[in-house]
Amino acid sequence: MNLKTFAGGLHPPDNKKWSADKPIELCPLPEELIIPAAQHIGAPAEICVAVGDTVKKGQMIAQAKGFVSVPIHASTSGEVIAIEPRLHPMGRPLPAVVIKPDGQDQWDDSLKPNDPEQLDSETLKSLIRDAGIVGMGGATFPTHVKLSPPEGKTIDTLILNGVECEPYLTADHRLMLEQSERLIDGIRILRKILGVKDTIIGIEANKPDAIEHLNKECAPHQIQIQPLKVQYPQGAEKQLIDACTSRQVPSGGLPMDCGVVVQNVGTCAAISDAVRLGRPLVERVATVTGPGIKEPKNLLVAVGTPLQHLVDQCGGLNGEPAKIIMGGPMMGQAQLSLEVPAIRGTSGLLIFREPDLQVRPAGPCIRCGRCVSVCPIHLQPTTIAAYARLDLIDEAEHYNALDCIECGCCTYICPAALPLVQSIRHAKGGIMAKRRKL
Amino acid sequence: MENQLYLSSSPHIHSGETTDKVMRLVIYALLPATLLSIYFFGLPALSVLLICTLGCPVFEALACKLRKQPLTLVDGSAALTGILLAMNLPPSCPWWIALFGAAVAILVGKQVYGGLGYNPFNPALVARVVLLISFPVQMTSWTAPAPLGSGIDAVTSATPLGEVKTAVMLTGKLPELATSGFGHYFTGDMAGCLGEVSAIALLLGGLFLLYKKVITWHIPVSFIGTVLAIGGIFWLVDPGRYPSPLFHLLTGGLLLGAFFMATDMVTSPVTYRGMLIFGCGCGLLTVLIRLFGGYPEGVSFAILLMNACTPLIDRYTRPKLYGQVESLKAEG
Amino acid sequence: MLAAVLSIGGIGLVAAAALGLAAKKFAVEVDPRELAILEALPGANCGACGYPGCAGYAKAVAEGTISPNLCTPGGADTVEAIAKIMGIEAITAEPQVAVVLCQGDNRKATQKYRYLGLTDCNAAQKIADGPKTCPGGCLGMGSCQRACPFGAIEMTPEGLAVISREKCTGCTKCVAVCPRQVIKMTPLEAVTHVLCNSHDKGAAVRKYCQVGCIACQICKKTAPEAYMIEDFLARVEYPQHAQAVAAVEKCPTKCIRDFSSGYPEGSSFAPPTVPVAKDNAA
Repeated sequence: MNLKTFAGGLHPPDNKKWSADKPIELCPLPEELIIPAAQHIGAPAEICVAVGDTVKKGQMIAQAKGFVSVPIHASTSGEVIAIEPRLHPMGRPLPAVVIKPDGQDQWDDSLKPNDPEQLDSETLKSLIRDAGIVGMGGATFPTHVKLSPPEGKTIDTLILNGVECEPYLTADHRLMLEQSERLIDGIRILRKILGVKDTIIGIEANKPDAIEHLNKECAPHQIQIQPLKVQYPQGAEKQLIDACTSRQVPSGGLPMDCGVVVQNVGTCAAISDAVRLGRPLVERVATVTGPGIKEPKNLLVAVGTPLQHLVDQCGGLNGEPAKIIMGGPMMGQAQLSLEVPAIRGTSGLLIFREPDLQVRPAGPCIRCGRCVSVCPIHLQPTTIAAYARLDLIDEAEHYNALDCIECGCCTYICPAALPLVQSIRHAKGGIMAKRRKL
Repeated sequence: MENQLYLSSSPHIHSGETTDKVMRLVIYALLPATLLSIYFFGLPALSVLLICTLGCPVFEALACKLRKQPLTLVDGSAALTGILLAMNLPPSCPWWIALFGAAVAILVGKQVYGGLGYNPFNPALVARVVLLISFPVQMTSWTAPAPLGSGIDAVTSATPLGEVKTAVMLTGKLPELATSGFGHYFTGDMAGCLGEVSAIALLLGGLFLLYKKVITWHIPVSFIGTVLAIGGIFWLVDPGRYPSPLFHLLTGGLLLGAFFMATDMVTSPVTYRGMLIFGCGCGLLTVLIRLFGGYPEGVSFAILLMNACTPLIDRYTRPKLYGQVESLKAEG
Repeated sequence: MLAAVLSIGGIGLVAAAALGLAAKKFAVEVDPRELAILEALPGANCGACGYPGCAGYAKAVAEGTISPNLCTPGGADTVEAIAKIMGIEAITAEPQVAVVLCQGDNRKATQKYRYLGLTDCNAAQKIADGPKTCPGGCLGMGSCQRACPFGAIEMTPEGLAVISREKCTGCTKCVAVCPRQVIKMTPLEAVTHVLCNSHDKGAAVRKYCQVGCIACQICKKTAPEAYMIEDFLARVEYPQHAQAVAAVEKCPTKCIRDFSSGYPEGSSFAPPTVPVAKDNAA
């Protein structure tokens, strides 16, 4: 295997063995689905149903607002029993549509299948938009926007992100093993939209079965499989592009600035469903794992399923939970409670107990330089954080705080347990606030 | 309050590295040299070690109390400073000088700046230089090694570097010991500070630190490499007047300095390129002071001078940003 | 010996002459009024006026473009001094001090989660809107204390910010930095305040704070002109502050405080002396 990689990063224990060989299991519907209107980057959707309405699976319940936005759909058929603020993964109550499933799970019959070969790029993109497709690696950026580079930006390479570099998560791994046809179909649709030939699927070497399987399946489709050295954060867009193509995304720019578009493999599979079957994004694979879960699994989850329900499907909690994380342990978001629903960007649910955490007060920075050596963007996290703590926003900006991808490598390795990512985020917030004022 | 959930910014896992683990590893790495120094110099060495290693934490506790800050002894940095200071003192050092040195190292070298992480200069070296300048006689009275159990009493002697400096000043030529008998320098059978003597013990410690990834190769290699290179150039020009690179390597505080003092994280640069520049600077200054300066040994001064340059070096050796745009982009 | 004296003395003279010449030739024209104003300013460089430091403000005032009463820390004396220098009329604004409208420290108010991270109120607020259950209460991490250029703010051992009425100069830096807007500027003469910032209904407030305002209206019934209840939160009507003190005893949750009898529990500040206002009728 010719393993490629990028400069920087580190290798935390990957802890994927708990669920890597668990096939995707369908998670039964809960008593009520809580579907928030804000599940993506961009303007939250506007709710367009009323309490008492009957909805079908895939029916639009909130309209997209503006270009950088997508509609939201009902994850199953049932009745809208409430439209009210409910605790959102972001940590505060936000507007949501609460649906009581009727058990029929009937698709909306206005959804029609299509043949992507017959459709042009613009129609394909609007199908993707109407289906509410967003980046499913966790970023939740509206896909149709990503596929619409402005005039003058030519795309020559499509990279599929099958890296899944976050420890514990195995959802994309199982998807690549079990549903490669959907993935490949999605890739072909993307190729048509973008008009590119070069297609690479990046996969970390800790998934040899997926690499082997996809090598076989992709051979007739001119899709190249690029095995990558196991290094976090290989799955970060910038690092993936660097490893696969040796191009670097310019500071302050986007992948399109170096001719590349990156899509998560889950997003790809969802695109296939959206176009070929006409089905919107209402369910996704999420890994429920961590030392605080009795039976870690990869579940196919309906959007809006409360996290507690996912836990119940996995044998329940293994002891008193101390931290609930939506996403992976390096970049995921800590949650206030298990009543929060899974949303389109929920790639995983991690439960840690108190002994699993290392709660230590931060000490002084000993200037060891480990953070500088692991930063995949080659920043000096200790310096930016020091300026951020003193509220010296201009100096932090001078040290390129805005380029930080918040991967967490610096904080992971810091012997003084300094909250480096948090400090850099604080600096970023200060810089953006200053720019807004000007 | 019932068991509440923890919430924090990402990331939510940690490598388990702690400051005190780092300090402890350095202390372990110093053990071979420490033990050998006690073997070669006997009780005097042991007492200097104890006074410094115990005195520094005491002064740190005192400083924390005066500053009304929580005690920071647990991180082990004070004890480490104590051991390093002891390594830089002659075995015949009077107890009160060693104690005074411990106080200077912690109070002036570290606490006055705000404690661990804030000092610009290596605390042990600050103390050593203060002592050297304040008590020049006691700080340059050396004893020949009197290995424990050999029954030999301490005999005053000069260090190899000291002999070289005197001989060159007086006669313009190197003394006999600078051209042969290197075996003694390797094992530690020579006069000098506690930590100067045994090259093999220090090398072992240094390799241990590299293996455990406490330090990286950049500073030791650039420091020692520069000394060897520049020392070598002068030696090639006039081997009768300038000692060989090997002599430079095995005598004096070079190995102690390159592996344990210059690599002190707080006072050295954070970037790899910066570390290389730092090491080269230390090496160059060391050779210049040894060959042309008033003092026979230049490692301490060289490191302190480069410590002063560290912020500047850091500023100008920032790593190349990922996606660095050469031309100025319009600010958003 | 003579040579040494002459040479050193000579060098000194030459250097002095050169410096004197340079001082004359490269001198910068400065409006003398600007220097006088700078003298009159407190010199804290706090930025409350909106200018870069006292020097910046002095320059702007000397240019005649700006009002002389923007320096709140300087107080009435400074405004008068500047007005005299500029030859204009002095109009002083009513002196104001900042007050933290909260008494819910760690013993009295609940947390919704255990926070790990930077000890900074703005950073903590970004994580699920802060660890305190009450959405408006003081987070107690000291961002205001660090922002205050005059050292007027202390954090009690139980995590509550308290502002000294005597040290506060009204520069408003603490107000700007607080993510919960729990600090408000109030007239110096007004010693009675409702120390609560939550607009939640009484039953909800009771669940998360022992000393929160439950909008029971008793204060308004006791002193109708001195209080207004808006959105389930009582506030003192500051023009009528003198009558507000009557309701302090009656408040069932003890969230109204008369500062002349002391600062909130845990504070080390001594009770302020009678409000230092030029013409205080009370």
